[in-house]
Amino acid sequence: MSAVLTAQGLQKSFGAVRAAADISLTFDPDIVVSLIGANGAGKTTFLNMVTGYLRPDSGQILFGERDIVGLSPRQITKLGISRSFQIPQLFNSLSVRENLLLAESIAATDNPRAATDEALARFELAPYAAQKAGLLPEGIRKLLDVSMALSSRSKLLLLDEPTSGVSADEKFAIMDVVMSAARIAGVTVIFVEHDMDIVARFAGRVVAFYDGSVIADGSPDTVLRAENVRRYVIGEEIPHAAA
Amino acid sequence: MKAAIVAIASLVALTGLALLSPQWLVFMAMLALAKGVVVLGLLVLMRTGLVSFGQGLYFGIGAYAAALLSHHLHVADAAVMLLTGAAAAGLVAALLGLLLAGYRDIFFAMLSLAFSMILYGVLVKSAALGSTDGFNLHARTFFGVALAPGMERRVFLIAGAVCAVVVALLVHRLLGGHWGRLATGVRDNELRVAYLGASPYRVVYVNYLIAGALAGLGGALAALAVGHVDPEMTYWTTSGEFVFIAILGGIQSILAPFMAATIFEALRTIASQYAPNVWQMSLGLAMLAIIMFLPAGLWTLAERRRRSA
Amino acid sequence: MSSILPVAFDGIAYASWLFLISAGLTLIYGVMRILNVAHGSLYALGAYAACSLAGAWLGGGLPAAGSFAMLLLAAVLVGSLVGPLIERGLLQWMYGKDEVVLVLITYAVFLIMEDVIKLVWGVDSLLLPEPYALPGNFQLGGLPYPVYNVLLIALALATGLILAWALYRTRQGKLLLAVIHDREMSMAMGINVSRVYLATFAVGATLAALGGAFTAPTIAVTPGIGVEVIVLAFAVVVIGGLGSLGGAALGALLVGLVRSATVRYWPEAELFSIYAVMAMVLIARPKGLFAAQEARKI
Repeated sequence: MSAVLTAQGLQKSFGAVRAAADISLTFDPDIVVSLIGANGAGKTTFLNMVTGYLRPDSGQILFGERDIVGLSPRQITKLGISRSFQIPQLFNSLSVRENLLLAESIAATDNPRAATDEALARFELAPYAAQKAGLLPEGIRKLLDVSMALSSRSKLLLLDEPTSGVSADEKFAIMDVVMSAARIAGVTVIFVEHDMDIVARFAGRVVAFYDGSVIADGSPDTVLRAENVRRYVIGEEIPHAAA
Repeated sequence: MKAAIVAIASLVALTGLALLSPQWLVFMAMLALAKGVVVLGLLVLMRTGLVSFGQGLYFGIGAYAAALLSHHLHVADAAVMLLTGAAAAGLVAALLGLLLAGYRDIFFAMLSLAFSMILYGVLVKSAALGSTDGFNLHARTFFGVALAPGMERRVFLIAGAVCAVVVALLVHRLLGGHWGRLATGVRDNELRVAYLGASPYRVVYVNYLIAGALAGLGGALAALAVGHVDPEMTYWTTSGEFVFIAILGGIQSILAPFMAATIFEALRTIASQYAPNVWQMSLGLAMLAIIMFLPAGLWTLAERRRRSA
Repeated sequence: MSSILPVAFDGIAYASWLFLISAGLTLIYGVMRILNVAHGSLYALGAYAACSLAGAWLGGGLPAAGSFAMLLLAAVLVGSLVGPLIERGLLQWMYGKDEVVLVLITYAVFLIMEDVIKLVWGVDSLLLPEPYALPGNFQLGGLPYPVYNVLLIALALATGLILAWALYRTRQGKLLLAVIHDREMSMAMGINVSRVYLATFAVGATLAALGGAFTAPTIAVTPGIGVEVIVLAFAVVVIGGLGSLGGAALGALLVGLVRSATVRYWPEAELFSIYAVMAMVLIARPKGLFAAQEARKI
């Protein structure tokens, strides 16, 4: 089984801030990975480097066999990596249907209209089809953002906090819809998440970031129980005596 | 279907106008049509969220290209002039667009303004092109057919009408489909467009090219109408006038630029008769009123009426 | 060698004039995010007011040297009356609109003021030669040069220094810089943004009028003098980087020197050269020489 994505020695600094300090990670197909860590730990920076929004100061990123460092987001999207955003990136003056239709047409789907209808149904967006994206509630915006990312028939889907800004009772419903759509599309998912219940439920592997480095990597059970993860990521007070 | 009916009706109406109305009205209609075509191009550009304060550049290039044909090469055929005007402007836009398509917002507006002022600076100092006075042109044939004196402008108006209707239909088709959505996508969120795998740069470039070619066509039409070209056509106030007409009409409909240009020319004709000293002031007040009360342009009025009907 | 000195002097004099106008434009943009087309009419208004005031002063037989005070007074009057009128009467209702829409709004103001000027002062040109002639000439490279131009350079230098001092050394100036740097943060910190805008616009308008008032003695003041000036000032401000005072100074100097050199060696290319410089600077540095940093979006 060859890796979908391999990051090798990624470094990135913004002035004095180290956003990525020698990150090496390998992602295998069909295993859902969750990236966790406090704000500023380097999760989004990692996604931004993988998708070409930021160029690493040094290091290598392989998509399959191909080195993608230096390519633009557009080129990387065309190769087969798509993403959603923490703040949904939509076309606010277009309707939900037009948003998807545009995405499907750019992806050069054989029949964009049929694909749009399919996506509307799969993401349970059909009731909102005629509404302008700018006027949608946040949960629906999140779903539309992911559905547009999936339109490009990518092999790898990166989700940046798919449930942030959404009420607690909506989170699981949204993740259920997203994950089943991803499974049907046969795409490998990496998602950034702050809610540990979501992580435990949906991830097959968890990677914990702290201060630009990976401090834990493994099954949800082991990572979420590791002491440094509980201290630095989850923010629990861990008495020293007990440790 | 609906578009075809509107197109045929406009053609019939303009042909009637060309054959039956007095010369001054033919002249006014031609100018309105010329400016309408330029603003149609601006509308294409504005779909991507960009406003050019330098369309006078292409308006001037189209006009001077047509005039040079007549004046220096003794080509007196109006059809050739119109095509040359559009082609010359399109060519320059294809070149400058490579650069400008990388700019946004106010920087795009100001850089396009700078290029138009460069041409203005060249033209006012070019003795061979008549400096600030410009020079005259004469078109006597149309597709090789000699025109009787007095008939020229009427024939040109019909030619202009055909040009305008054809380009309006093309733009209507273009913006009504995927390309229109893509342009709106670039206006709304370039980042998302790139992350879907399309190039915002290319969209802006193509729309800039279209806007340039249309401004060139408009310039050639205006040159035929007036029978004279001068550097004023490239000055920033001319470009400002185009932006004004675009705002006046709004960008929702292909008809809006022509409607707005007609209102603009009619008002100007009236104002120059009765109140030449408050013409600019009226323009300014009208512009403020539209921005405040009809931010999507006069076309919203037409839409509202249709909805309530 | 003998020709370089006058060319440089001409260039610096022209740059001084450009700086007076551009400084106000860039200040207003920096604080309010408005590229103010009406700046051109404020310039024109300054020139007309100067003609009226200094003309009345001289016509009343008062000492000729006092006409300089009248030029200053004209600028201050225009800035403190018309500036706030535009800001309070119109612009304050428009904040938050798209930058390009704001350009159009001030373009509308520009069109209105052009006609207001014609209605008040008529369409004939006004002349105010006395302040220009009064200080006489001096010799430079064997040619007579007007002392008035030296005064203009001194005025621009003084204005630039006062502005820099006010911005970087006073409390109010630091507040202004805070607004330029981060308006949301400064509002959260309780800075009265509305008052800052009003003051900024008044100061900017005064600077435009100052440029106009001190140009009046050197030209025939006619309708439309603001039309050309405003695009020139745009060029300078865009070259320097929108909102940067130092950029405006450097931009003015660059344009001034390039212009005077072209006028001397290749006069046909005068206008061409100015905008070519602007285009070249923008090509090399898309946001001007001193551009502000942009924040990460995602």
